[in-house]
Amino acid sequence: MARSKELVPGVGRLSRSQVFVARGLHKGIKKSDTPAAETPAPHVEKSIGGDKNGGKRLVPTTKAPRFYPAEDVRQPKKSRKSPNPPSLRSSITPGTVLILLAGRYRGKRVVFLKQLTSGLLLVTGPFKINGVPLRRVNQAYVIATSTSVDVSAVKIDDKLNDAYFTKTATKGARSAEEEFFEDGKPKAKQPLPESKTADQKEIDNSLIAAIKKTENLSKYLKASWGLSKGQFPHQLVF
Amino acid sequence: MTDSNFKRFVEVGRVVLLKAGPYAGNIAVITEIMDHNRAIIDGPSTGVPRQSYPFKHLTLTPHALTKLPRAAGSGVVKKQLEKEGTVEKWNKSSWAKKRAAVEARRSLNDFARFGVMLAKKQRRDVVRKAVSKA
Repeated sequence: MARSKELVPGVGRLSRSQVFVARGLHKGIKKSDTPAAETPAPHVEKSIGGDKNGGKRLVPTTKAPRFYPAEDVRQPKKSRKSPNPPSLRSSITPGTVLILLAGRYRGKRVVFLKQLTSGLLLVTGPFKINGVPLRRVNQAYVIATSTSVDVSAVKIDDKLNDAYFTKTATKGARSAEEEFFEDGKPKAKQPLPESKTADQKEIDNSLIAAIKKTENLSKYLKASWGLSKGQFPHQLVF
Repeated sequence: MTDSNFKRFVEVGRVVLLKAGPYAGNIAVITEIMDHNRAIIDGPSTGVPRQSYPFKHLTLTPHALTKLPRAAGSGVVKKQLEKEGTVEKWNKSSWAKKRAAVEARRSLNDFARFGVMLAKKQRRDVVRKAVSKA
């Protein structure tokens, strides 16, 4: 809609008639021809079982709420803002060697595979080289080096998505008694499902073949990264 | 006259190293002295356009073009540079080589630094074995 730019609070750039012209109101306000949405009947006839229950009954389609608040409070407006699709640093491309800066595998150099829809990066050690499995990693906690591996031959299955990596729901609530008795003992760990080890091996085999082509690259991925005396990240070239 | 302690003079033809500004790190030749602060320098084969430059931002090198007339144009400077082969002499000097080595070291990426570490380890190993044998 044509809006009159505010020059000073209360004073717009365009006058009322100029806004009228800019909005094209001489053409009239458009009315959309959407048909009224079909509203279901307020009551539905339902047959009830049992001898003494009257056979049929008119049941309201939408039930009235069980609870009304004591006071009419102002509801906050629903936000119309939506998050932007996740972006990726231009220095990170499939095959780039990344340095993990935080988390269980901090200091490890890993190979970037692809960005998932949540924005997290799918990464692998490869596991055989440095013990980092197929894992999700946040872009913010990563240094992208200029070294990269040729991953054109590595097929990344579509099943490796965010749902593959989310934690499985733990067993339902236990009774207070059970919890009291189990107190102190660590929860029994579920063994890693065979399918996940198979997925890891599949990706790693093709990756390791590509890594072997460059001299010292597997040694490089095996070693940890760290800052030594006199090294400052803003002065280093990665 | 006794020998002066000074070996490098600010004179027409002196090859200088630029210390600051957009052309820092290049060499050029003094073609004319403007006053006690500035000179006109020119580096036609080193990518330095002809311009006035303060002495503060110049370092004198031991090289000089002896046959350069005062206020010579860029073409003449270029010809003299090529005749004397000054740029090659500069590049062969240990001063220039040290500068190049420092620049190379600073531009190493993480993988290259790792390779340097491996090479140093290998060298250290060879030296240690030789020393323990001797």
